[in-house]
Amino acid sequence: MARGEAYITGIGMSEVGVRLDRHPLLLTLDAVREALADAGLKPEQIDGVATYPGKMPSFLGFSPVSSDDVIEALGLSTRWHLGGAEMTAQLGAISAAAMAVKAGRARHVLCFRTVYEAAAMANPTDYPPPRRTELTGASQWTAPFFAISAATWVAQYATRHMARYGMTREQLSEIALNAHRNAARNPRALVKEPLSAEKYFFARMISSPFCLYDCDRFTDASTVVIVSAGEALDEVTAPPIRIAATAGSVERYSWDQAEWPGSYPTGKALWERCDYGPDDIDVAQFYDGFAFHPITWLEGLGVCGIGEGHRFIEGGTRIALDGELPLNTGGGQLGAGRLHGFGFAHESVVQLRGEGGARQVPGSPRVAVATSGGGPMAAALLLTRES
Amino acid sequence: MSLGVPRPRPRLDRDNRAFWTGGGEGKLMICRCGDCGQWLHPPQPVCRACWSENVAPQPVSGRGTIDSFTVNHQPWMPGLAVPFVIARVALEEAPAIYLTTNIVGCPVEDVAVGDAVHVAFEEEDGIFFPLFEKDT
Repeated sequence: MARGEAYITGIGMSEVGVRLDRHPLLLTLDAVREALADAGLKPEQIDGVATYPGKMPSFLGFSPVSSDDVIEALGLSTRWHLGGAEMTAQLGAISAAAMAVKAGRARHVLCFRTVYEAAAMANPTDYPPPRRTELTGASQWTAPFFAISAATWVAQYATRHMARYGMTREQLSEIALNAHRNAARNPRALVKEPLSAEKYFFARMISSPFCLYDCDRFTDASTVVIVSAGEALDEVTAPPIRIAATAGSVERYSWDQAEWPGSYPTGKALWERCDYGPDDIDVAQFYDGFAFHPITWLEGLGVCGIGEGHRFIEGGTRIALDGELPLNTGGGQLGAGRLHGFGFAHESVVQLRGEGGARQVPGSPRVAVATSGGGPMAAALLLTRES
Repeated sequence: MSLGVPRPRPRLDRDNRAFWTGGGEGKLMICRCGDCGQWLHPPQPVCRACWSENVAPQPVSGRGTIDSFTVNHQPWMPGLAVPFVIARVALEEAPAIYLTTNIVGCPVEDVAVGDAVHVAFEEEDGIFFPLFEKDT
């Protein structure tokens, strides 16, 4: 294994549920325990922690646990840590951890994302919702028009794709149908059953063209990825997955001024940093907070041309588990739960190790791309198995 | 209160005051660089193209086209009257500037990408929200 490289050496996940009673710090602990056991590491070997978006006191359900909380509560001794929202989307925390281990600042970095939005809604006393009085910052340009949810922001990019390139709801539906089909094969997924086209088209609209099944739902869970230095691989037992390249690009930090979502410049930047290209992707884990996002990643990463993503997924066969580019094999956020970005890194590792069980893609995949975001913020990881 | 509940309100500050109060004089005020002519939105005290600090709000015609839109059906807060249209309007003078807004004065099914629209201010307690209506 190469010195100066970064690897994912452990993955863990808590119970994934809706309105879980378990304390969010304990959900985080559950995922940490599993990741440590997976990597064969002890807590005292963790010397770095990274998270996105850091604790948000004004919106605890969105992010109830800080990197500081984890260091303090679990008695870790760290030499490097980071938690914050001003970075290139959720997987930016893993990208930063990769830089830290490459730079020799840490040997094993515990990266986590804990979400508690469903539980918080059920317990507003302990987890008050964000206040919408006296808007400041970016939300003042959208919330006064009741464009409050990202659903309404992303929906407009989807509408534009329909008007410009002829995308249909039938084509868009393949993202949710594929997600549910795969989730039904993933025992840890929130969704347990496939979705029929009839049920999809009968569902109520949220924000056109997105119906209920095109939007992820609030989830309570924690996901952990351990990033280790190449120099420290002799300390781990799991097969290491190399972080071959990372990217995250912002051209306009705005949900409404950007001509193109961040997935387009980010996809382009990823290939400029490695010797791989879109044809090399064996398995794709593309952010699907909303069903249109994966279409932007297909186009942004050059799997197909701009304005062709909906035709690529038409019929669903190309993106199925046995298709030419299996997509969101664990169910994505639409099927497995809103793990908020980190689930895509987790599932990439599962697939590259061949541990996908009933949802394992055939052909022993070696190259995965995990992405997160796709509004103004976007991040991508190129992950490879080299043994 | 055209949608059943008060609109979430911006806190006025030195950057945004002209935008949110210009409707009182019937003017849609957009920031512009006095040196290179670049339009700037959201408003900011420096030109993002040439870094000139000679930047000030300037009235525009209020005419534009619908770059994209969504028909929102979800009541994101109690009492919110649905459905209604949320749109991204490209301004005539500054087609790379987009305003998120509501399209009002027509049935939601009459809205399409590319429609010509014009500003129609809705006031609530001193804030003039720039909504848009379809041209007839």
